[in-house]
Amino acid sequence: MRLRILAALALALPPAASAAGDAARGSQIYERCAACHSIERDHTGPRHCGLFGRKAGTVAGFEYSAAMKHSGIVWNAKTLDRFLANPLKAVPGTAMGYAGVPDAAERRDLIAYLAKAGACTK
Amino acid sequence: MSFLLLGAQSPSAARRSFLRGSGLVLTGTAVALLAGKEALAATHGAGAESDIRILNTALGAELEAIAAYQVGAESKLLEKAVLDLAVTFQGHHKEHADVLAKTIAKLGGKAVAAKAKYDFPVASLKTQADVLRFAAQLEKGAVSAYLGAVPVFGNRDLSKAAASILGDEAMHWAVLRNALGEAPVPGAFVA
Repeated sequence: MRLRILAALALALPPAASAAGDAARGSQIYERCAACHSIERDHTGPRHCGLFGRKAGTVAGFEYSAAMKHSGIVWNAKTLDRFLANPLKAVPGTAMGYAGVPDAAERRDLIAYLAKAGACTK
Repeated sequence: MSFLLLGAQSPSAARRSFLRGSGLVLTGTAVALLAGKEALAATHGAGAESDIRILNTALGAELEAIAAYQVGAESKLLEKAVLDLAVTFQGHHKEHADVLAKTIAKLGGKAVAAKAKYDFPVASLKTQADVLRFAAQLEKGAVSAYLGAVPVFGNRDLSKAAASILGDEAMHWAVLRNALGEAPVPGAFVA
């Protein structure tokens, strides 16, 4: 009986948050960003190498919105998760006019991929 | 005046408006309508500012796509038929950019200009397939970008226009995938 209750609870609850996302799946999700971003180069959006630990709005030579420049955000898994869930709500006035990635598991995978990108080489 | 503007009016007012406007050229596409749409000019406030920012980001990406296709066209790697295709798609992006810029101006904003120089991975483009894959990647990204923009516009007509452009980008992506020998439409949904 106890097992049945536990099984029912397990089905009713959302999947537990895993500690880390899957960078390989994140790479596929990142393809959605390709019109504006890449890892090594600035495009309509800034490059993503060296993202972790970087203060938002500080890639040299990239023209950010005032909102992003003054957001005070330092990019890490937590701040990225909040921003990617709804960029326009997280940083009102951002130039990233994008509804976001609503699926938490997809965000984890994407963030795992971005974390793996590492430092910029140029 | 367009059919898009008639919804907010009473039936009789709408009929009068339509009759008044019937002497104008009415195009069949949402995007073309935007450039001359009087209602856009009446949009003010934070919603309009946000819409202008979103449109400018889209314009920036379109201008970059135009430059990317130019790189492909000048690469001397493309067969005639593929080159013709690239030039056609580039032409579509020019049309998108043109209407986006005009719409931004209509809303009272300042359209971004093309950058003097873009940073593309030119060294990795060694074959026609490389160029096609590069273009397909950009088009797929454009589909996702417009999909993400559609729900965040304050003005629903802009959402409709973005969806219209999204459809065009999706066709580009499918044709490029087909040219690469991949399944042109890999799934029932885009993300």
